[in-house]
Amino acid sequence: MPVDAVLTTRDPEVDRPPGRPAPRSGNRTKRTKWRPVKDQSKFEAQLDPGFAAEIAAEVEGGERLHQCIQCGTCSSVCPLSAYMDLTPRRLIAMTRAGARDDVVHSMTPWVCASCYACTVECPKQIPITEIMHALRRISLREITYPKRFTTPVMTKAFVDMIQDRGRSTESWISMKLYLRTNPALLVKNAAIAGRLFRQGRLGVRRARINGRDELRALLKAVSA
Amino acid sequence: MTTITYTYYPGCSAEGVGRAFTESLYAVFEHLGTGLRELEDWNCCGATAWPSVDQSQAYALSARNLALAEERAPGADPADVVASCTGCYRALLKAQEALGASTPTSDRLRNALAAIGLDFQGRARVRHPVDILLNEIGLDRIREAVVRPLQGVRVASYYGCQLVRPFATFDDPRNPTSMDRLVAAVGAEPVDWPLKARCCGGSCYCGGPVIGAMPEATMQLSYALLREASKRGADVVVTICPLCEFNLEGFQGRMARRFGHPLDMPTGFLTQLMGIAMGIDETRLGLHRLLRWRLPEAAESGPATAGGRPRREPAAVGASTHPEGGGDA
Repeated sequence: MPVDAVLTTRDPEVDRPPGRPAPRSGNRTKRTKWRPVKDQSKFEAQLDPGFAAEIAAEVEGGERLHQCIQCGTCSSVCPLSAYMDLTPRRLIAMTRAGARDDVVHSMTPWVCASCYACTVECPKQIPITEIMHALRRISLREITYPKRFTTPVMTKAFVDMIQDRGRSTESWISMKLYLRTNPALLVKNAAIAGRLFRQGRLGVRRARINGRDELRALLKAVSA
Repeated sequence: MTTITYTYYPGCSAEGVGRAFTESLYAVFEHLGTGLRELEDWNCCGATAWPSVDQSQAYALSARNLALAEERAPGADPADVVASCTGCYRALLKAQEALGASTPTSDRLRNALAAIGLDFQGRARVRHPVDILLNEIGLDRIREAVVRPLQGVRVASYYGCQLVRPFATFDDPRNPTSMDRLVAAVGAEPVDWPLKARCCGGSCYCGGPVIGAMPEATMQLSYALLREASKRGADVVVTICPLCEFNLEGFQGRMARRFGHPLDMPTGFLTQLMGIAMGIDETRLGLHRLLRWRLPEAAESGPATAGGRPRREPAAVGASTHPEGGGDA
């Protein structure tokens, strides 16, 4: 076959099958510039070849990451993959490829509910949930987490509270969160909060433990 | 009867939103002749938030609790720690695993514990109340304690995520049955439903739509669970996780409005259901703390008329998935 024949685009008017009506004129005939669906292609220089090893070292059993067969079981059992920008399978593939920038900016680790369905089902026993936690750590360290998304804010509020008092009190954490993310929710959830309060399920006094100094010393000793 | 006293680790949620769980757990264990004693000065387990900041600090938080529990139970026997909240259960188990292994992490954790005068000997064993009820107390003793069998009550047991995953210590991670066996032991009828261990969306959002991280996702997941349970003819959904319970119970009105389908599924804790069958006072079980708890008529009227209520036929889904069950209509 001559090369010309392959490259020539078919003319819809000439090549139209006999039974099919002619295409309507209008914006349909306007030619648009071809664009990829979402440009995630990379030059090799943009990749970080050591990224997969970095993640593998962070997590126990993380070296199994290199054995991923891309079967997609994780994405299919994940109850939240529909809400992620990168599905778990894709996240693992991009981690292995070294697309560090995309992975650490992804929302996926913060959407993960830590339900461990992927970890249990993975045929290669990759600790995917733990990898999500490791990615969260990296994105908190490098401040690449999605702004205005609640989970990172909640994580920080929670950790602050426990460092301070040793226990968490749900009402205070929720309050802090609403104020930091979406104060309108304070009004929206006031009815539920009121009901919980009447039932004695909403602690107003902030709980704290006696061994607070001890706990702080322990945390300091372990991270030293 | 020999009385064993277990060390009890309630966790922050079972003291707050899930207070009824702690209350009913104490009542049921006492009724069964098993003691629970709260671990003194326990600290938060770190949940899934702390591993997102620092993994070894998260281990250290739980390690302190385990070491305190060992201190409380001197001797050479294993020191059982009963953790009721499934999030705490997983966190403590994970720390137990990390401390037990001979890795640099383990050494660092032990050294850090030594720095504050605590010692981990490896005797602490993390257990869940369901595990204790099933494998230590046993179904026979539970059956004996039942005074008001819940005949004809169809119960969907919701296991949540972290009771069986990632550590399947006493049950199957895909199709757990432990709660169903306990439900059957108190005379109720367990409902077979496939979503029993699927995520309700509440775990990482600490109350799901309350916080509003992704209300849409959380509502979808919880709605799917409740809708499936009601399609299978469940009268009540029981769970063992404070966050799941609140998440499933608190937003049914909002879900009904969002998905355009009426939804009114009573939700409570497994221990509350068991307590009712054992004739324990409702206030001690914390039933007044639930938003929409109710049981079908026959079960309320006691053992004399129990079983008189005709079994409710499950809706279309149950009938179509069990073709052989359709013949008795």
